[in-house]
Amino acid sequence: MAKDIQYRLKKNREEMRIQFISFGLMAFLTIISFLAVGLGFPASFVIPFLLLLAIIQVLFQFYYFMHAKDEGHEFPMSFMYGGIFTAFLMILAFCTIIWW
Amino acid sequence: MNLTGKFTLQNWPDRPEIATQEGKNKLIGLWLFLGGETVLFATLFATYLALKNRVPDSSHPLTQDLYSLPLVFAMTAVLLTSSLTSVYAIYHMRNYNFKAMQAWFAITVLLGFTFLCLEIYEFFHYVTDFGHTFRSSAFGSAYYFLVGTHGAHVIFGLGWITGLLIRNAKRGLNLYNAPKYYCASLYWHFIDVVWVFIFSVVYLMGMV
Repeated sequence: MAKDIQYRLKKNREEMRIQFISFGLMAFLTIISFLAVGLGFPASFVIPFLLLLAIIQVLFQFYYFMHAKDEGHEFPMSFMYGGIFTAFLMILAFCTIIWW
Repeated sequence: MNLTGKFTLQNWPDRPEIATQEGKNKLIGLWLFLGGETVLFATLFATYLALKNRVPDSSHPLTQDLYSLPLVFAMTAVLLTSSLTSVYAIYHMRNYNFKAMQAWFAITVLLGFTFLCLEIYEFFHYVTDFGHTFRSSAFGSAYYFLVGTHGAHVIFGLGWITGLLIRNAKRGLNLYNAPKYYCASLYWHFIDVVWVFIFSVVYLMGMV
Protein backbone atom coordinates (compact mmCIF):
# COMPACT_ATOMS: atom_id res chain seq x y z
CA MET A 1 0.00 0.00 0.00
CA ALA A 2 1.24 3.46 -0.90
CA LYS A 3 2.63 5.63 1.87
CA ASP A 4 0.10 8.46 1.44
CA ILE A 5 -2.81 6.01 1.79
CA GLN A 6 -1.31 4.63 4.98
CA TYR A 7 -0.89 8.18 6.24
CA ARG A 8 -4.51 8.98 5.43
CA LEU A 9 -5.87 5.88 7.17
CA LYS A 10 -3.77 6.71 10.21
CA LYS A 11 -5.03 10.32 10.20
CA ASN A 12 -8.66 9.15 9.98
CA ARG A 13 -8.09 6.62 12.77
CA GLU A 14 -6.59 9.35 14.94
CA GLU A 15 -9.61 11.59 14.28
CA MET A 16 -11.98 8.71 15.14
CA ARG A 17 -10.14 8.25 18.44
CA ILE A 18 -10.74 11.95 19.27
CA GLN A 19 -14.41 11.56 18.30
CA PHE A 20 -14.70 8.60 20.65
CA ILE A 21 -13.12 10.60 23.49
CA SER A 22 -15.62 13.43 22.89
CA PHE A 23 -18.42 10.86 23.02
CA GLY A 24 -17.06 9.67 26.39
CA LEU A 25 -17.00 13.25 27.68
CA MET A 26 -20.55 13.88 26.48
CA ALA A 27 -21.78 10.68 28.15
CA PHE A 28 -20.00 11.75 31.34
CA LEU A 29 -21.61 15.24 31.26
CA THR A 30 -25.03 13.65 30.68
CA ILE A 31 -24.61 11.36 33.70
CA ILE A 32 -23.46 14.31 35.85
CA SER A 33 -26.56 16.33 34.92
CA PHE A 34 -28.89 13.42 35.73
CA LEU A 35 -27.06 12.90 39.04
CA ALA A 36 -27.37 16.61 39.93
CA VAL A 37 -31.15 16.29 39.63
CA GLY A 38 -31.41 12.79 41.14
CA LEU A 39 -29.41 13.72 44.24
CA GLY A 40 -31.69 16.70 44.89
CA PHE A 41 -29.35 19.68 44.86
CA PRO A 42 -31.08 23.10 45.24
CA ALA A 43 -32.73 24.54 42.10
CA SER A 44 -30.67 27.75 42.26
CA PHE A 45 -27.55 25.60 41.67
CA VAL A 46 -28.96 22.89 39.39
CA ILE A 47 -30.61 25.11 36.72
CA PRO A 48 -27.53 27.15 35.71
CA PHE A 49 -25.41 23.98 36.05
CA LEU A 50 -27.67 22.03 33.65
CA LEU A 51 -27.63 24.88 31.11
CA LEU A 52 -23.83 25.07 31.24
CA LEU A 53 -23.44 21.29 30.72
CA ALA A 54 -25.98 21.37 27.86
CA ILE A 55 -24.05 24.15 26.09
CA ILE A 56 -20.74 22.26 26.44
CA GLN A 57 -22.35 19.09 25.04
CA VAL A 58 -23.79 20.97 22.07
CA LEU A 59 -20.39 22.52 21.30
CA PHE A 60 -18.89 19.01 21.26
CA GLN A 61 -21.63 17.92 18.83
CA PHE A 62 -21.07 20.90 16.53
CA TYR A 63 -17.27 21.02 16.50
CA TYR A 64 -16.39 17.31 16.71
CA PHE A 65 -19.35 15.17 15.60
CA MET A 66 -20.51 17.62 12.92
CA HIS A 67 -16.89 18.46 11.93
CA ALA A 68 -17.33 22.24 12.35
CA LYS A 69 -13.71 22.42 13.53
CA ASP A 70 -12.55 21.39 10.01
CA GLU A 71 -11.60 24.14 7.57
CA GLY A 72 -14.34 25.72 5.44
CA HIS A 73 -16.96 25.77 8.20
CA GLU A 74 -16.84 29.52 8.95
CA PHE A 75 -19.81 30.27 6.70
CA PRO A 76 -22.01 27.36 7.95
CA MET A 77 -21.25 28.26 11.56
CA SER A 78 -22.29 31.88 10.92
CA PHE A 79 -25.76 30.49 10.05
CA MET A 80 -25.82 28.48 13.26
CA TYR A 81 -24.72 31.38 15.46
CA GLY A 82 -27.30 33.60 13.73
CA GLY A 83 -29.95 30.99 14.56
CA ILE A 84 -28.71 30.66 18.13
CA PHE A 85 -28.80 34.46 18.62
CA THR A 86 -32.41 34.61 17.36
CA ALA A 87 -33.24 31.63 19.60
CA PHE A 88 -31.78 33.43 22.61
CA LEU A 89 -33.83 36.59 21.94
CA MET A 90 -37.01 34.56 21.46
CA ILE A 91 -36.64 32.65 24.71
CA LEU A 92 -35.66 35.81 26.60
CA ALA A 93 -38.79 37.59 25.31
CA PHE A 94 -41.16 34.73 26.18
CA CYS A 95 -39.69 34.27 29.65
CA THR A 96 -39.51 37.93 30.68
CA ILE A 97 -41.75 40.42 28.89
CA ILE A 98 -44.71 38.10 28.27
CA TRP A 99 -46.95 37.59 31.29
CA TRP A 100 -50.25 35.76 31.72
CA MET B 1 -14.51 13.52 -13.12
CA ASN B 2 -16.86 10.57 -13.39
CA LEU B 3 -18.93 10.87 -10.22
CA THR B 4 -20.69 7.52 -10.34
CA GLY B 5 -17.72 5.47 -11.60
CA LYS B 6 -15.89 2.83 -9.60
CA PHE B 7 -13.51 4.19 -7.02
CA THR B 8 -10.73 2.59 -5.02
CA LEU B 9 -9.05 3.78 -1.85
CA GLN B 10 -6.25 5.16 -4.08
CA ASN B 11 -8.40 7.64 -6.04
CA TRP B 12 -11.02 8.25 -3.34
CA PRO B 13 -10.70 11.90 -2.17
CA ASP B 14 -9.73 12.76 1.38
CA ARG B 15 -13.05 14.53 2.03
CA PRO B 16 -15.48 12.93 -0.44
CA GLU B 17 -18.48 14.96 0.80
CA ILE B 18 -17.01 18.23 -0.54
CA ALA B 19 -14.99 16.87 -3.48
CA THR B 20 -17.64 18.11 -5.94
CA GLN B 21 -19.31 21.50 -6.34
CA GLU B 22 -22.68 19.81 -5.75
CA GLY B 23 -21.41 18.37 -2.47
CA LYS B 24 -20.14 21.80 -1.33
CA ASN B 25 -23.50 23.40 -2.17
CA LYS B 26 -25.40 20.66 -0.35
CA LEU B 27 -23.30 21.18 2.76
CA ILE B 28 -23.93 24.96 2.80
CA GLY B 29 -27.64 24.41 2.10
CA LEU B 30 -28.03 21.87 4.89
CA TRP B 31 -26.29 24.09 7.45
CA LEU B 32 -28.50 27.03 6.43
CA PHE B 33 -31.52 24.75 6.94
CA LEU B 34 -30.22 23.73 10.39
CA GLY B 35 -29.86 27.43 11.31
CA GLY B 36 -33.56 27.84 10.44
CA GLU B 37 -34.44 24.70 12.43
CA THR B 38 -32.70 26.24 15.45
CA VAL B 39 -35.14 29.18 15.26
CA LEU B 40 -38.11 26.80 14.81
CA PHE B 41 -37.18 24.87 17.94
CA ALA B 42 -36.49 28.13 19.83
CA THR B 43 -40.10 29.24 19.29
CA LEU B 44 -41.33 25.90 20.65
CA PHE B 45 -38.96 26.02 23.65
CA ALA B 46 -40.04 29.60 24.39
CA THR B 47 -43.73 28.59 24.25
CA TYR B 48 -43.07 25.62 26.52
CA LEU B 49 -41.17 27.73 29.07
CA ALA B 50 -43.94 30.35 29.11
CA LEU B 51 -46.74 27.75 29.47
CA LYS B 52 -44.96 25.21 31.71
CA ASN B 53 -47.29 23.98 34.48
CA ARG B 54 -50.11 26.32 33.34
CA VAL B 55 -53.13 24.09 34.02
CA PRO B 56 -56.79 24.96 34.66
CA ASP B 57 -57.10 23.29 38.09
CA SER B 58 -55.27 21.04 40.55
CA SER B 59 -56.66 17.80 39.00
CA HIS B 60 -54.14 18.15 36.14
CA PRO B 61 -50.67 16.60 36.49
CA LEU B 62 -47.61 18.90 36.63
CA THR B 63 -44.02 18.25 35.49
CA GLN B 64 -43.11 16.74 38.89
CA ASP B 65 -45.94 14.17 38.65
CA LEU B 66 -45.26 13.17 35.04
CA TYR B 67 -41.55 12.85 34.30
CA SER B 68 -39.40 9.95 35.45
CA LEU B 69 -35.57 9.97 35.46
CA PRO B 70 -34.93 6.33 34.35
CA LEU B 71 -37.06 6.56 31.17
CA VAL B 72 -35.55 9.90 30.10
CA PHE B 73 -32.06 8.57 30.86
CA ALA B 74 -32.67 5.50 28.67
CA MET B 75 -33.92 7.70 25.80
CA THR B 76 -30.91 10.02 26.15
CA ALA B 77 -28.43 7.12 26.22
CA VAL B 78 -29.95 5.55 23.08
CA LEU B 79 -29.98 8.81 21.11
CA LEU B 80 -26.45 9.85 22.14
CA THR B 81 -25.12 6.41 21.15
CA SER B 82 -26.86 6.68 17.78
CA SER B 83 -24.96 9.94 17.25
CA LEU B 84 -21.66 8.06 17.81
CA THR B 85 -22.64 5.24 15.43
CA SER B 86 -23.29 7.75 12.63
CA VAL B 87 -19.82 9.24 13.30
CA TYR B 88 -18.42 5.70 12.77
CA ALA B 89 -20.37 5.50 9.50
CA ILE B 90 -18.77 8.73 8.21
CA TYR B 91 -15.35 7.47 9.36
CA HIS B 92 -15.81 4.40 7.14
CA MET B 93 -17.10 6.58 4.30
CA ARG B 94 -13.82 8.53 4.33
CA ASN B 95 -11.91 5.24 4.24
CA TYR B 96 -14.01 4.06 1.27
CA ASN B 97 -15.43 1.09 3.20
CA PHE B 98 -18.98 0.91 1.86
CA LYS B 99 -20.12 -2.20 3.75
CA ALA B 100 -18.98 -0.90 7.13
CA MET B 101 -20.61 2.48 6.43
CA GLN B 102 -23.95 0.83 5.56
CA ALA B 103 -23.71 -1.37 8.70
CA TRP B 104 -23.07 1.58 11.04
CA PHE B 105 -25.90 3.59 9.48
CA ALA B 106 -28.18 0.57 9.90
CA ILE B 107 -27.25 0.44 13.62
CA THR B 108 -28.00 4.19 13.81
CA VAL B 109 -31.46 3.54 12.35
CA LEU B 110 -32.09 0.72 14.85
CA LEU B 111 -31.11 2.94 17.79
CA GLY B 112 -33.26 5.78 16.43
CA PHE B 113 -36.17 3.38 16.14
CA THR B 114 -35.64 2.24 19.76
CA PHE B 115 -35.74 5.90 20.83
CA LEU B 116 -38.99 6.39 18.93
CA CYS B 117 -40.59 3.33 20.59
CA LEU B 118 -39.62 4.67 24.05
CA GLU B 119 -41.14 8.07 23.17
CA ILE B 120 -44.38 6.49 21.95
CA TYR B 121 -44.56 4.47 25.20
CA GLU B 122 -43.95 7.69 27.18
CA PHE B 123 -46.75 9.61 25.45
CA PHE B 124 -49.12 6.62 25.79
CA HIS B 125 -48.31 6.41 29.51
CA TYR B 126 -49.03 10.14 30.05
CA VAL B 127 -52.31 10.03 28.11
CA THR B 128 -53.72 6.83 29.64
CA ASP B 129 -52.42 7.06 33.24
CA PHE B 130 -52.49 10.82 33.81
CA GLY B 131 -55.01 12.17 31.30
CA HIS B 132 -52.24 14.54 30.12
CA THR B 133 -53.18 15.17 26.48
CA PHE B 134 -52.57 17.77 23.78
CA ARG B 135 -55.93 19.38 24.59
CA SER B 136 -56.09 18.98 28.38
CA SER B 137 -54.18 22.19 29.24
CA ALA B 138 -51.91 24.90 27.84
CA PHE B 139 -49.03 22.97 29.45
CA GLY B 140 -50.08 19.80 27.58
CA SER B 141 -50.27 21.60 24.21
CA ALA B 142 -46.85 23.22 24.65
CA TYR B 143 -45.25 19.95 25.89
CA TYR B 144 -46.55 17.70 23.10
CA PHE B 145 -45.88 20.30 20.42
CA LEU B 146 -42.22 20.67 21.45
CA VAL B 147 -41.37 17.02 22.15
CA GLY B 148 -43.64 15.82 19.31
CA THR B 149 -41.90 18.06 16.76
CA HIS B 150 -38.59 16.54 17.84
CA GLY B 151 -40.13 13.05 17.50
CA ALA B 152 -41.34 13.97 13.99
CA HIS B 153 -37.76 14.94 13.12
CA VAL B 154 -36.59 11.53 14.35
CA ILE B 155 -39.18 9.82 12.09
CA PHE B 156 -38.07 11.94 9.13
CA GLY B 157 -34.38 11.21 9.84
CA LEU B 158 -35.07 7.46 10.05
CA GLY B 159 -36.91 7.58 6.70
CA TRP B 160 -34.07 9.61 5.14
CA ILE B 161 -31.26 7.28 6.23
CA THR B 162 -33.27 4.12 5.47
CA GLY B 163 -34.03 5.50 2.00
CA LEU B 164 -30.31 6.10 1.33
CA LEU B 165 -29.37 2.63 2.61
CA ILE B 166 -31.89 0.90 0.32
CA ARG B 167 -31.38 3.10 -2.75
CA ASN B 168 -27.59 2.76 -2.71
CA ALA B 169 -27.33 -0.87 -1.53
CA LYS B 170 -26.33 -2.13 -5.00
CA ARG B 171 -24.70 1.08 -6.26
CA GLY B 172 -21.83 1.20 -3.82
CA LEU B 173 -20.14 4.40 -2.68
CA ASN B 174 -19.30 7.16 -5.16
CA LEU B 175 -18.92 10.92 -5.26
CA TYR B 176 -22.58 11.30 -6.23
CA ASN B 177 -24.00 9.73 -3.06
CA ALA B 178 -21.24 10.49 -0.52
CA PRO B 179 -22.59 14.07 0.11
CA LYS B 180 -26.09 12.60 0.55
CA TYR B 181 -24.90 10.30 3.33
CA TYR B 182 -22.90 13.10 4.93
CA CYS B 183 -25.93 15.48 4.97
CA ALA B 184 -28.13 12.77 6.51
CA SER B 185 -25.56 12.26 9.28
CA LEU B 186 -25.38 16.04 9.97
CA TYR B 187 -29.18 16.13 10.24
CA TRP B 188 -29.06 13.17 12.64
CA HIS B 189 -26.52 14.96 14.87
CA PHE B 190 -28.76 18.03 14.90
CA ILE B 191 -31.63 15.88 16.22
CA ASP B 192 -29.34 14.92 19.09
CA VAL B 193 -28.41 18.58 19.68
CA VAL B 194 -32.10 19.43 20.10
CA TRP B 195 -32.56 16.45 22.42
CA VAL B 196 -29.74 17.69 24.69
CA PHE B 197 -31.81 20.82 25.33
CA ILE B 198 -35.06 18.85 25.66
CA PHE B 199 -33.69 16.53 28.32
CA SER B 200 -32.00 19.41 30.17
CA VAL B 201 -34.67 22.12 29.91
CA VAL B 202 -37.89 20.10 29.76
CA TYR B 203 -37.23 16.94 31.77
CA LEU B 204 -34.40 17.66 34.23
CA MET B 205 -35.51 21.23 35.01
CA GLY B 206 -39.07 19.94 35.33
CA MET B 207 -37.92 17.59 38.10
CA VAL B 208 -35.83 20.07 40.10
